[in-house]
Amino acid sequence: MMHTASDTVMSDHTLSLIELTAFTADHCVKCNICTSACPFAKVTPLFPGPKVVGPQWQRLRDPDAPSPDHSLDYCSSCGICTLVCPHGVKVMEINTQAKAKLVETHGLSLRNWFLARNELWGRLGTPLAPLANFALRNRLVRWAAEKVIGVSRRAPMPGWAGYTFRGWWQRQLRDHPRPEPVSDADRVVYFHGCSTNTYEPHIGKLAVAILEHIGLHVEVPPQTCCGLPAQSNGDFPGARRYAQTNIERLADYARRGIPIVGTAASCMTAIKGDYQHVLGLDGAEARLVAAHTYDFMEFVWKLHQEGRLPTDFHPIHQELPYHAPCQLKAHGFGRPALDVLSLIPGLKLWEIDADCCGIAGTYGFKVEKREISEAVGWPIAQQVQEAGAEVVVCDTETCRWQIQALTGGTAIHPVVLLAEAYGLSVDDYRPPVRADKRRAPAPTGVW
Amino acid sequence: METTSVDVLVVGGGATGAAAAYDLARRGVRVLLVDQNDLTTGTSGRYHGLLHSGGRYVITDFDTAVECITENMILRRIAPFAIEDTGGLFVATSQDPDDFPARWAAACARAGIAAEALTPEQARALEPALTRDITAVYRVPDASCDSFDLNHGFITAARTYGGDAWIYQRVTGFLTDGDAVVGAELEDTRTGERRRVHAACVLNATGPWAGVVAGLVGLDVKIRLDRGSMVAMNIRWVNTIVNRLRPPSDGDILVPVGTVCVLGTTSIRTEDPADTHVDVSEVSTLLREADVVVPGIRHGRALRAWAGVRPLYEPPAELAQLESGHNVSRRFAVIDHTERDGLRGLVTVVGGKLTTCRLMAEQAVDVVCRQLGVAARCTTADEPLPVPETSPRHYHQLTHRVHRLEHGEMPGALICECEVVTRPQLEARIAAYGDQPVALDDLRRDLRLGMGPCQAGFCGYRAAGILHAAKGLSPGEATRALSAFVGERFRGVRPLLYGHQLRQFYLDELIYRRTLGLDALLALDQPQPEGVSDAGSEA
Repeated sequence: MMHTASDTVMSDHTLSLIELTAFTADHCVKCNICTSACPFAKVTPLFPGPKVVGPQWQRLRDPDAPSPDHSLDYCSSCGICTLVCPHGVKVMEINTQAKAKLVETHGLSLRNWFLARNELWGRLGTPLAPLANFALRNRLVRWAAEKVIGVSRRAPMPGWAGYTFRGWWQRQLRDHPRPEPVSDADRVVYFHGCSTNTYEPHIGKLAVAILEHIGLHVEVPPQTCCGLPAQSNGDFPGARRYAQTNIERLADYARRGIPIVGTAASCMTAIKGDYQHVLGLDGAEARLVAAHTYDFMEFVWKLHQEGRLPTDFHPIHQELPYHAPCQLKAHGFGRPALDVLSLIPGLKLWEIDADCCGIAGTYGFKVEKREISEAVGWPIAQQVQEAGAEVVVCDTETCRWQIQALTGGTAIHPVVLLAEAYGLSVDDYRPPVRADKRRAPAPTGVW
Repeated sequence: METTSVDVLVVGGGATGAAAAYDLARRGVRVLLVDQNDLTTGTSGRYHGLLHSGGRYVITDFDTAVECITENMILRRIAPFAIEDTGGLFVATSQDPDDFPARWAAACARAGIAAEALTPEQARALEPALTRDITAVYRVPDASCDSFDLNHGFITAARTYGGDAWIYQRVTGFLTDGDAVVGAELEDTRTGERRRVHAACVLNATGPWAGVVAGLVGLDVKIRLDRGSMVAMNIRWVNTIVNRLRPPSDGDILVPVGTVCVLGTTSIRTEDPADTHVDVSEVSTLLREADVVVPGIRHGRALRAWAGVRPLYEPPAELAQLESGHNVSRRFAVIDHTERDGLRGLVTVVGGKLTTCRLMAEQAVDVVCRQLGVAARCTTADEPLPVPETSPRHYHQLTHRVHRLEHGEMPGALICECEVVTRPQLEARIAAYGDQPVALDDLRRDLRLGMGPCQAGFCGYRAAGILHAAKGLSPGEATRALSAFVGERFRGVRPLLYGHQLRQFYLDELIYRRTLGLDALLALDQPQPEGVSDAGSEA
C-alpha cells in the first residue's frame, strides 16, 4: 500500500491541513497536464502557468521571506489545474495561498479591496438602486472607474434589484407563515449568496419555490459573503472573517443533519472545500458544515436519485447551450444541471466546448486583465453564435454576466428552467424560455 | 609534451585543495591546482551541506569540535555568499540516552559552542514539523553551506592572486630528482592529452585518493575510507538544521540546504575511493531515523540519494580496534614526507571535515612553505573572499532565483524549470569553457541544471540541444552527452524507486527511452565498443 505524506502527517497531527496543501507539491512530476489545461496560460505570456507558479516555485518560496513573485497575480484561481492534476497536487490552492503572501508583502490594492467587498456594495447600493444602476450604465462613470481604480469599463456589471431577497423572504414568512415540519429530515437551508440577495433576487425566489414544491421546509438563516472574492484577491484575513461567520451561523443546522443548499455554485465550492484547503479553517465545525453543503442542482439530483423529486414537468421545447463554470467543476460531481434538466420533456441541453468563460470571479473586472479574460471566454461566444442560440444556461452569476457581455444574449441559472417546467413563477421576472403550459405536466413519478 | 612550471602543484580540487591554492596564492607562491574531474566532484561535492558548530563531535572528539566552532565563525565571515545562517537544533527524544544531554551541554560550554537550552514548545514554534516527543533541545550556531559556491570562492580568490586551476587533469606519475619530487605528469581525462608540470613542491590534497596518489611514488599512506550516504528530500521540511542529541550514529542530521532537506548520514567502511553507491538499506535507515524527529518525513518525496567517501585519518595501530567510522577521529593530519619517508617535495593532507577545510589548508601550506623557504604567514582568515562569478546565484537563498526571473533579470527561455536555469545562462557558461570540452554535468555543477524534482527529465534534452548548437557537436556526440547526463542523474534516483520518485522516474524513462529512443540512438552510433552510458555515469 502506498502512503502519502498527507495521511501520515495527518495521523500524527503535527501539521494542520493548510500546511498539507503546500506539501502536495511533493506529488508533482512536471507532466505539465495542468499547464496545457490552464485557460489563462494559453492566451497570455504574462502567466507562466499553474505548474510553474504552483508546485515548482513552492519549493523556492521561503515562509519567512517576502514574496518573490508577481506573475502569480495573473492566475485566476479558476482551479482547473487542481481538477486535472493526475497526482493530487492542490495547484490552485497552493497558488492562492501564495497570492495571500503576495498581498501580505505588498498590500492589497484599493481596487482589489473594492472587488473583494462585493457583499458591502450589494447592500449599500440597494436603497439607491435607480441611481446606482444609472451610474453603472453611464459610460463616463465607467471610464472614470477604469482610470481611477482600475475596474475595466468593458467588464459586465450587474444591476441592483432595488430590494433584497432576504427582505422579500421575511415578508413572505410574515404574510404566509409556513407550518413547522414534523422532522428535521424535511428541512433545508438555503444559502443565497450576495448576488442573489441584491442583484438577482428572482433566482432565490425560484429556488425556494422549487424547494417548497418538492415539499421541503426552507430556512434562510443569517449569512454573509462566502469570502471567495476576498480569497481570490489574496485577502485572507478578510476571507477568513466572512468564512468564520458563515461557519458559525450554519454549524447548528449541519449538526442537526440539515442540508445547506445554494444556487451560486462558486460560493458552495468555497464552503465545501476552500475554507479548509485554502483558508486553513479545518476545525470540526468547518468540516461538518462542508459535509452538509450542496450545490442546488447537485442536491436536486440527489433527491431524484433518492426518489424524492417530483417530475410533474411541463415540456420545454428548446435546445440550449450549457456552460459548466470552473468553480462548479471543482466540486468534482459531474454536471448535475444537465442531469436534472434532462428530466424535462422536450428540453435538450448541449455543453459548450470551452474551459472557462474568463471572468473567474473578479479577475475579468480588472482593467489589466480584461483583454485576457475576453480571450479566454471567446470560444464560448463563437460556439453560441454559430449555434444561433440566444439563451445560455450557466450555474454561477459572474460567468452569466460575462457570457451575456461576450454573446450579447441572455444567460440564465438552471433553476429558471426547472421552475418554469414545474409551472412556478415569481411576480417580477419573466423567463426568456417558456414551457408548453397547454400540455399537462408529466405525472409525478416517485421511484 | 607541453610543460608548465610553478612553485607548488596542488593535487585535488576539493575544499582543502582549493583553500590551499588560495592560501598559497595569498602568500605570494605561484600555484596551480589540478583535479582529475571538475572541481568539487569528490567528497566535498558529495557533502550534506552542514557547516558544523562542533556540537556533533563535542563528546567523542573534543578537539575537532573546537576546530569546527572556530572555523565555522571564520567561514561565515569570509564566505557569506556560500552560507545560510539557518542555526541548528540538537533534539533528544525519549528513545535517546537520557544522561547524554547534560554531559553534552557541559562539553559544549567547555568547547565554546553557544548551546542555548530551549523548551520543546519553543523548538516546535521554530520548527512546527518537529516531533512532540522532545526530552531536551538546544539551539547551536550550525549553518548550511553550499560547497560548490565555497570552492568556487576559493578558486576565484586564488586566481585573483595569480594562481590557476585546471580541471580533468589526472596525475599519472610524479617527476622525481633523487630523493625529491619535482613535479607531476598529467593526463587530460577527456582528450588523453599529456602535460608535464614542474613544481618545487606538490601538495597531495586528494581526500580518499590520497593513498593512491602517494602510491604513485611508492609511499604508503593509510587512510580509512568510510562511505556515508545521504538522501535529499524534495522540499525543506525544516528551515533549521536538526541534529539528534545522542552519541554519533547513523541518520543524525537533517540539513535544509537550497531547495531541499538533506538527511544524513551512514557510515560504512569501504576499500575503494570511488565507491559512491548507495544501498537501499541505507536509505531506509536514514528515513527511519529522520522520522523519529520529524514524523511523517519518511513518506515524503525523496529526490536523490548519493554517497561520499570520508578520508578518515588515524594512526594505523588504533585503526583495527574501532568498530564504526562514526567513532574515528575527524581530525586531520599533515604528513611531511621528508620527515616520514625521506622524500622532499611532497606533502599530504588527509582527514578532516569540510567545515575545517581552511584550517587544514593553513597547516598544510605552513609545511609546504617551510620546504620552500617561504616565510609569509597565513592570512586567509583575515578578509572576505571575492564573490565568485558563478555565485551571485545565491542558491541558498530560496527566493533569489524566482525574484530575479520575475523581475526581468534573467531573460530568455527557461530550460531547467525546477531549478530555474535559462538558455542565456547556459550559453554563457558553455562559452566560458572556451575550447575545452563541456559535459552537461559540468553545467549542472555550475548552474544546478537538472538537480530538481524531475532530475533532468525535462531539461536534459533541452540542454543537450543547446550544447549541440553551441559546441557544434556531431549528432553522435550530442546523443552520448545526453546519455551520460541522464545516466548520471538516474543513478542517484535508483535507490529511491518507490512512491513519488518512482512515478517521476517512470515518466522520465518514458521520455528518454520510449519517446526519444535514447538506447536505440546509442546503439546506432557506437564509436566506443564498451558501454557508453557506463563510462558516462563515472564522469
